[in-house]
Amino acid sequence: MKTLKVMTSLVACGALAGPAWAQVNATQGIEDYRAMLQDGNPADLFEAKGEDLWKKKRGPKNASLEACDLGKGPGVVKGAFVELPRFFADTGRVQDLESRLLTCMEVLQGLNAAEIAATRFGRGEQNNMTALATWISAESKGMKFNLPTAHPQEKVFYEVGKRLFFQRGGPHDFSCASCHGEDGKRIRLQDLPNLTKNPGDGVGFAAWPAYRVSNGQMWGMQQRLNDCYRQQRFPYPGFGSDATIALGVYLGVHSQGSKSVAPAIKR
Amino acid sequence: MADPMRIRAQMAGDKANVRVLMSHEMESGQRKDAAGKLVPAWFIQEITASLNGKQVLAAEWGAAVSKNPFLQFFIKGAKAGDKVSVSWKDNRGDTRTDEATVS
Amino acid sequence: MQNRRETLKQTATVAALLAAAGFPQFAQAAFNKAAFDAKGVQEAITAVGGGALAESKDVTITAPDIAENGAVVPVGVSTTLAGVKQLLILVEKNPAALIATFHVSDAVEGNFSTRAKMGQSSDVYAVAITNDGRALFAKKEVKVTLGGCGG
Repeated sequence: MKTLKVMTSLVACGALAGPAWAQVNATQGIEDYRAMLQDGNPADLFEAKGEDLWKKKRGPKNASLEACDLGKGPGVVKGAFVELPRFFADTGRVQDLESRLLTCMEVLQGLNAAEIAATRFGRGEQNNMTALATWISAESKGMKFNLPTAHPQEKVFYEVGKRLFFQRGGPHDFSCASCHGEDGKRIRLQDLPNLTKNPGDGVGFAAWPAYRVSNGQMWGMQQRLNDCYRQQRFPYPGFGSDATIALGVYLGVHSQGSKSVAPAIKR
Repeated sequence: MADPMRIRAQMAGDKANVRVLMSHEMESGQRKDAAGKLVPAWFIQEITASLNGKQVLAAEWGAAVSKNPFLQFFIKGAKAGDKVSVSWKDNRGDTRTDEATVS
Repeated sequence: MQNRRETLKQTATVAALLAAAGFPQFAQAAFNKAAFDAKGVQEAITAVGGGALAESKDVTITAPDIAENGAVVPVGVSTTLAGVKQLLILVEKNPAALIATFHVSDAVEGNFSTRAKMGQSSDVYAVAITNDGRALFAKKEVKVTLGGCGG
């Protein structure tokens, strides 16, 4: 609705012509397209799988993940997603959802965390990881982000995340900020959120895991960050690495108070 | 055995709004793999649905229906507690049937 | 390669079998290969037994103006007309136009939605085939874009 008002007033001033008009029109068209896809998100299929995996006895220890502590106590899943990443006393480090799942899969089920981290996205245990992340995010859908920030390590990770966000490198000398550092940027028809501040409900950090219709794949935050690095022509820091967790803290803290829409549906 | 469908069946007035998500690659037969070879078409061809065991829907799909397909239809004269069953069959002969209760 | 006469004969045989089995409403419910192989919109409609396409305000197509990605385009076909036996969705510029067909029985509304793959911007057709073989349509242009983020 706001877009329509802006459009009308700009047209009245004769300020909009040709390409600018097309962009504003297209933005509304894309919003409508996305709205049409909200009902019936294939992420539901992964959610169902994730819930099964949480409760299923697996691995050498033949145990389920139901005792896994995602930050709110063993087995508490509701509300956990919107408080991650956070510091965990048992591992002595700040962890995001997927690195925490690695911990639980190893400690509770006896699965090999290093092997899972080295597995390519879309293969083997990584598929299970994605399904679990999808379900866990769904259990906090609509809740507001509320990452704890009191612990010294949480503060450190925020600062590290900020440095990484602005660090330029690779053959194009890109940083995260190259695309996500200012208001009003876009690539072709894709509006790019400014992630140096709170981008609002359901945007950026608040929209992953998400089902990507362009390739029919379910992506968790780790895969999203992996792909950002790929697009910057930069080596990927590694699944569940401190670097990716620090970025998650930086982005997550900025989303404080905004609603999570994960699992979302994306282009 | 194919992954389960997600079926939601909810009363909307005097009809049931049935929304189904199916887990299927729906390979069009147009795509080439990394080696440049055409990936063969693999897609759901026939769908049926029943209400309390009586068939209410028959549909046919081609390879151009999207991956992990979505289907929505409305059953007349349904009521809460009725059983909706959806089945699909693909071009390889694989099948899948799932059920849901109308809420 | 199967010609039209052979397909119609085959379909008729299937129809007879299904009618004998007690499902007269679903007499045409076997996969119609000829229709799904047909290149053009009218060709596909003819293959399902429909006549010459005629635009009609009684058929509604629901589709977005722009699809951010051609892999998943939500499309709906509906009609409130009585005497409709089949509803179809077609994308004119796809390699084969026919996307889906839905058999309308007394038990369901003439209202179906699914999602289609579109190869490029194209007119999308919603077609209703009546019991007496008329083919009524509504169409809409859907623009397909290639999104950002380097594909």
